[in-house]
Amino acid sequence: MTTTTTELTGSTDAPDDEPAPRRRRRGGGGGLGSYLLVRFLLIFPTIFILVTTVFVLMRLTGDPITAALGGRLPAAELQERVREAGYDRPILVQYWEYLTALVQGDFGTTQSDNRPVTEVLTTFGAATLELACYALIVAFLVGIPLGRLAAYLRDRWPDAALRVFAILCYATPVFFAGLVFKLVFAVQLGWLPVAGRATTGSEIQLQTLDSSTGIYLIDAFSTGDGEVVSDVLQHAVLPALTLGLLTAGVFLRLVRTNVIGTLGMGYVEAARSRGVSERRLLRKHAYRPALIPIVTVIGLQIALLLGGAVLTETTFEWKGLGFQLVQYLEARDFVAVQGIVVLAAVIVAVINFVVDVIAALIDPRVRY
Amino acid sequence: MATAVNAPEASSGSQPAGRRRRGWRDLPVLRQVQQSVGLQRGMLVAGLVLTGFFVLTAIFAPLLAPYEYDQLRDATGPFGAQQEPSADHLLGTTVGGYDVLSRVIWGSRTALFVIVAAVIFSLLLGVLLGLLSGYFGGWLDRVLVVVADAIYAFPALLLAIVIGIVVNGGQSSLFGGILAAALSITVIFVPQYLRVVRAEVVRIKSEAFVESARVIGAGHWRIMSRHVFRNSTRTLPLILTLNASEAILTLAGLGFLGFGIEPTAAAEWGYDLKQSLSDVTSGIWWTSIFPGLAIVLVVMGLTLVGESLNDLADPRLRSRRRGSAAPSDVAETSVAVGPYTAPVESPGGTDGLERPTDPQEGQR
Repeated sequence: MTTTTTELTGSTDAPDDEPAPRRRRRGGGGGLGSYLLVRFLLIFPTIFILVTTVFVLMRLTGDPITAALGGRLPAAELQERVREAGYDRPILVQYWEYLTALVQGDFGTTQSDNRPVTEVLTTFGAATLELACYALIVAFLVGIPLGRLAAYLRDRWPDAALRVFAILCYATPVFFAGLVFKLVFAVQLGWLPVAGRATTGSEIQLQTLDSSTGIYLIDAFSTGDGEVVSDVLQHAVLPALTLGLLTAGVFLRLVRTNVIGTLGMGYVEAARSRGVSERRLLRKHAYRPALIPIVTVIGLQIALLLGGAVLTETTFEWKGLGFQLVQYLEARDFVAVQGIVVLAAVIVAVINFVVDVIAALIDPRVRY
Repeated sequence: MATAVNAPEASSGSQPAGRRRRGWRDLPVLRQVQQSVGLQRGMLVAGLVLTGFFVLTAIFAPLLAPYEYDQLRDATGPFGAQQEPSADHLLGTTVGGYDVLSRVIWGSRTALFVIVAAVIFSLLLGVLLGLLSGYFGGWLDRVLVVVADAIYAFPALLLAIVIGIVVNGGQSSLFGGILAAALSITVIFVPQYLRVVRAEVVRIKSEAFVESARVIGAGHWRIMSRHVFRNSTRTLPLILTLNASEAILTLAGLGFLGFGIEPTAAAEWGYDLKQSLSDVTSGIWWTSIFPGLAIVLVVMGLTLVGESLNDLADPRLRSRRRGSAAPSDVAETSVAVGPYTAPVESPGGTDGLERPTDPQEGQR
């Protein structure tokens, strides 16, 4: 859940919330419409703050040209280049220029390979999106049922085992999990490919496609070639598991805590006293309300997913934004790095908005 | 061992003086061990053992490690690269020709340095900002909260990369690297501390004892430091343990991306994992498994401690002692309950915390 939402909503599930009663008093009238409007407008300060923070931080140390080429060029030539690019002007002027360009969708031009950052973002963004979607699917499929099971068997050994598993999911750095999966399933057992998004053959077939979306699974289906589809899927299994398990652990813990919470609620007690079976209590009464907070937590998970994607992509040479980011970092191309980071800020802000809207639609308590 | 874990909390002054007199059983973590039962106690103790083991390894690294972290040869000649585990090199050697065991052991030291530095920085900044934000409110509060929220929602690793660039342009010596990692982690943590402390401060601000201090004529600074601050820090140990584990993961992530500490400056697990990336494809497992396991165990230890403390502080999640066990033990725990899940804050708790300061206050 974004904390911006907590500010607005006073949902009692957020850990960093104040006691609920005080919030409710502040609430009162206002409908869904005004809530959505306010929430929508909040996107902009969030993006603005992050863009400014990144800009200020990146420019604290100097200009990107000196950073990339310093020491490799004679000082005079370096000066010349800096002046040409306009990095010698007052920082406020540059900042204003940067902001106006950004509003028009211009993220600058990379230094190492001289491409518009926007182009880099669209080319590699699709791959990252695909990976993130797979990971979310894995997280849902693994995390939610297991969390429910753990809550049901609370304080017995399967609960303990599942909780340790959840902690293990969190405690294992994604790249280490990726390395272990690679070692076991790709190298030792040879079941799955070691790295990449597809074999070279399939990749060529996919890239020559007319209506290429960049999302390989969709493209593979549109080739109509079963082998390409299975090739793409095989390559996706390990990265998806790696990144998915990271989030699955969070979901497991959350579902467990929430189901335990709802199981202790008055209405569940009331249903129990009417003679509703424990199984039905869990399935019908306690389970569904416990899922609502998951929707809101997905917002924060996106940040975790993006960070994890950078590491997962590097581990599996999955040519997405994260993989590219590391390449640019190594080339000390800070314009490109800044572009990718700012894109991440926009994505995070927008997704959090969408998630909050969904949460407001599901749970009337969120809006006021 | 538990005291080693407590050290940062105690030294940060978060422990109210009134509590300390009641003896060692009331020290934070130890008190929770006392009140936990069954499975929960098992998890807490397991976490403490892992954490303690990590801290001891870090402290005694020079004695434990067979070689230096940057040692490439001994009297008999160079170690050789990618050697399988043997009697000379219990865990083998890396692609760069370092001894894996030594680097794993020395790595714990780097990790501990970074945790301590990051926690101190973020405690100082986060608590101060949270106090100001919660106590004064108004536009300062709003701006701080919006900025903190924006940063909090952002991918921590990306932010850490940006800070890494700022602090040392990516390349680093031991202290540059530790500072960069610690500062990156600080930026991620400060919003969390700010939120938590702020929420507590807002709650405490309306308490009667703050009001009476104001009536007596105490200044803002005095009220903030003596009355509000001392009462608003009780949830910090919990966040601290959870954040310490996050610090290790961020450090390792930075190292893995090549933004960590140079191998000649210090041993760092994330860097070693990055180096082992190509080994894995050729089936060389010992260069990646051991540093990776080290990270997993330490983070797991810290998380087990943090999670157990969290559960014990939450009455809904705390396992109750069954049968004849003294119920008073359970009742007393609500003193440590966090602000969000607390049914009511227990008056006994706040009184106990406030007692030592009040008489002095009266004399002035």
